[in-house]
Amino acid sequence: MIEFSNYDILRNLMFATQWTILLSLAAFIGGTTVALTLTAMRLTRNPTMQRIVKIYVELFQGTPLLMQMFLCFFGLSMLGYEISAWGAAILSLTFFTSAFLVEIWRGCIDTLPKGQWEASRCIGLSFLQTLRFIILPQAIRVATAPTVGFSVQVIKGTALASVIGFVELTKVGTMLNNATFEPFKVFTLVALIYFILCYPLSLYSKHLEKKFNVSR
Amino acid sequence: MLYFSDLLQYSDVFLSGLKTTVELTVLTTILGVALGTACATIRQYGNRASQRVVSVYVELIRNTPFIVQLFFIFFGLPAIGMMLSPWEASMIALTINLGAYSTEIIRAGLASISKGQIEAAKVLGLNFRQTLTRVIFVPAFEKIYPALTSQCIIVMLGSAVISQISVQDLTYAANLVQSRNFRAFESYLVTALMYLGLSILLRFAFNALGKRLFAYRTAD
Repeated sequence: MIEFSNYDILRNLMFATQWTILLSLAAFIGGTTVALTLTAMRLTRNPTMQRIVKIYVELFQGTPLLMQMFLCFFGLSMLGYEISAWGAAILSLTFFTSAFLVEIWRGCIDTLPKGQWEASRCIGLSFLQTLRFIILPQAIRVATAPTVGFSVQVIKGTALASVIGFVELTKVGTMLNNATFEPFKVFTLVALIYFILCYPLSLYSKHLEKKFNVSR
Repeated sequence: MLYFSDLLQYSDVFLSGLKTTVELTVLTTILGVALGTACATIRQYGNRASQRVVSVYVELIRNTPFIVQLFFIFFGLPAIGMMLSPWEASMIALTINLGAYSTEIIRAGLASISKGQIEAAKVLGLNFRQTLTRVIFVPAFEKIYPALTSQCIIVMLGSAVISQISVQDLTYAANLVQSRNFRAFESYLVTALMYLGLSILLRFAFNALGKRLFAYRTAD
């Protein structure tokens, strides 16, 4: 039988943390890309497009992330599409992240007065020019704090990938627990590592929020 | 091909799972909001030491995943002598989780009540209890009601994770059915739609409740 020293536990957890970070980054990049596309669709003011975005948000915000992962992982492979745990985790986290980011960004764009769109139209800017020079520079400033804040939810969401067998921090935690029978120590360490990953982002988000409120 | 008819014979499994999820949601919503209200009151009006304790609790919960909190409570606490059944562990975990999030939300509501309003209540001769409920809590809750209720729905969806410690909730039912008949996609799709229905239903229920709770607004 292999003995696990405290150092071994910590070393294995640190190794797994890399995968948590990698998965979070992949999900965040995927999520922002899809969310940008959806935001653009919503801004076209085409009723069909807007309805599609609305249904998308409703669907992925109204169902558990765990269920989305099961559907992507077990469901798709039962339908004949082979997908790895890594692929299923990224796919479902992308859905989850984008559905929330679209809503967050919608709020940010809607806080800008509508008169700005009309004024831009009056001085002869096209739709894209309005977006590029008038709306986005302001909206990005408003949106940064809540987006950073949401990245914490993405990191925490990656913990669910352990359930479909993707080996990241939580999964290694349960594996180490099965090997060492020291759940208290192992899960305290796991929670601590998540906290160390997430807390700086929470603080940064709060800092950005304050900074924005002062300059307004 | 999809074979949804294969799920029909398991409808009672799904229904009992749904019942567990609904029961836990109702219970933890009540307990979690109560915990959040208490913590938010301490955070806003308590002394510095107790404020400190509440912030540490809130930040610890908000910056760690729910599944780790659940595992810590279910697997970790028995190691130091606190045996809990899966149901108890998930109830505690969900309550603590919702408690932390609602503390932040409710505190924002309390912070929005201006000091002058409280002083005005005192001048009008309202006692402490009356001031707290009528002047502080009701207007504060009205302001943050949408945020609070959507957090409750998020916690309901997050409760899918408790199937991992073998609480027989809706997700557990989905896993059970798909392990029996190998209709994974159908089983999970139907379950996901049941969750969707539940979250839409909850939103309606909360809206109706909100109209009743804050009815004094429409009276004038």
